[in-house]
Amino acid sequence: MRLREIPLTAWIGILGILFAFGCAVFAPLIAPYGEREIVAGVWEPASDLYLLGTDNLGRDLLSRLIYGAQTTLFVSLAASILSFSIGIFLSFTAAVSGGPIDQGLSRLNDLMMSIPTLIFALVVLAVLPQNIFILIAVMAILDSTRVYRLGRAVALDVAVMEFVEAAKLRGEGRMWIIFREILPNTLSPLLAEFGLRFAFSILFLSTLSFLGLGIQPPAADWGGMVKDNKDGIIFGIQAALIPGGAIAALAVCVNMVVDWLLKRTSSLKGGRGDV
Amino acid sequence: MANPLARVRATRHRLKETHPLSVLIAERLGLSLLLLWAVSILIFAGVEALPGDFAETYLGQSATPQAIANIRADLGLDRPITTRYFEWLGGVVQGDFGNSWASGAPVTEQITKRLGNSLFLAFFAAAISVPLAVGLGMVAVHYRNRIPDRVINVLSLAAISLPEFFIGYILIVFFAVQMGVATFPSTVYDNMSWSERLAAIALPTATLVMVVLAHMMRMTRAAIISVMSSAYMETAELKGLGAFKAIVKHAAPNAIAPIVNVVALNLAYLVVGVVVVEVVFVYPGMGQYMVDAVTVRDMPVVQACGLIFAAVYILLNMVADIVAIVANPRLRHPR
Repeated sequence: MRLREIPLTAWIGILGILFAFGCAVFAPLIAPYGEREIVAGVWEPASDLYLLGTDNLGRDLLSRLIYGAQTTLFVSLAASILSFSIGIFLSFTAAVSGGPIDQGLSRLNDLMMSIPTLIFALVVLAVLPQNIFILIAVMAILDSTRVYRLGRAVALDVAVMEFVEAAKLRGEGRMWIIFREILPNTLSPLLAEFGLRFAFSILFLSTLSFLGLGIQPPAADWGGMVKDNKDGIIFGIQAALIPGGAIAALAVCVNMVVDWLLKRTSSLKGGRGDV
Repeated sequence: MANPLARVRATRHRLKETHPLSVLIAERLGLSLLLLWAVSILIFAGVEALPGDFAETYLGQSATPQAIANIRADLGLDRPITTRYFEWLGGVVQGDFGNSWASGAPVTEQITKRLGNSLFLAFFAAAISVPLAVGLGMVAVHYRNRIPDRVINVLSLAAISLPEFFIGYILIVFFAVQMGVATFPSTVYDNMSWSERLAAIALPTATLVMVVLAHMMRMTRAAIISVMSSAYMETAELKGLGAFKAIVKHAAPNAIAPIVNVVALNLAYLVVGVVVVEVVFVYPGMGQYMVDAVTVRDMPVVQACGLIFAAVYILLNMVADIVAIVANPRLRHPR
């Protein structure tokens, strides 16, 4: 693959993602003010001192946005990685084992997928204590059902290949077959799927935070910032639109990269549509 | 000496010979009921098994063991879970979802009113978005890989990436705050006139349409393209059939199933979109009811709403499958 073959949209996407990660990593260096520091009056307009204005408690919006990138990116990335690990491991195990293990896991997956993700998350979060690790785990487990479905389909295609059979005859264990035979040969479609899951995690986390069930204040997070500032909208104060726009821009960037990855691996099976 | 099970099997086989379609549909119905029952267990028992306790959350700092025990006894939480599950299920089957822990009022009363509101909103969103999405999908296929298709593709990719609440607030800023032509918040009351009601739901409907439109259009486009590129369409063209006749006779019957499938899947997406949109627009529907209940951990309300949302979702998926079976004879005889 040559760098020149990457289309312009994908370049924009990659640069956008890198920019967001840059903000997250160097947040304490870039941000003009502290994350929870009250610096001025409520909802002040943008000025030289406060480039994007202030929020509903008088905190600098730009600084919150930069610190919010940390939380939003960390939680969605952690959730997608965890969801991927669970989904891939279980789906490959199902595809390699077959029989009752496959049946059991697949029917359980069907059952989990018969409840819309957001509704399931609401039911579960109503019981569980509010804490960031539980949030990541809930997001990951619910999302892993989608990874499972794709992973099983892809792995079944590979599991019947001669080299897998050869490895089985050689006497390799199940773990060897999953990680050394099947995984390397399915990386390409799975990479595109990972991008999709990441974009979905960003939107899902933002939605949960917006509903007041995700990241808890005073920690900054883009969805929560929309919630904090939404009451200003009716007075013509558009502070809520800035974090909302940041979420949208990041999701667009990830989707542009995914679109390119999907085109490269046109053999990918599995839908874009997600609930 | 045939045992009952073998007799059932034989009857099923005979029925399948004479009425293959009805048997398949009946099987699909049965599967949905089974799924719904499993979901009810998951929502009730699965949730009870998780750590966390309403009584402790409710009392907060002032939770003494005695107070917690009292609340648990009041709510009947001290009885075994199987008893409570069957009582709950028995009530649900008769349309009784129990009483809210937070307010003590019957859940069913609230739900009937709010479900009506939510369905009202979802109905209008579906009535607008379905024809629009199918139409745009066809336009995109017609101009495939030319400028209109590319524009639609980029715009829909952007729309997929927008969170629902962001679309909602942009519409509010634009139409309600700056131009002043729409109403916000979109609260509806009992004694509202029909036209007032329609004016109130204009913005939430528009938001929902935008949320599902892009998904539905992209999937419709893919479905039509896969039908149009099949071998029999090429044959139709080669044997000199006109484009219109080929589409009516060959493409349409084969495209119905995938398109209906796409529509049903996205209507299911609408069900979820409703939750966020109702919160944004302060619309008194099921979604807002559920989110409010989740924040105060009012479990009977959460479980009732969760079950109803899941039921609607399962129902829509079932309709999609049944239409696919009816439209496509190949699915009736699985090999």
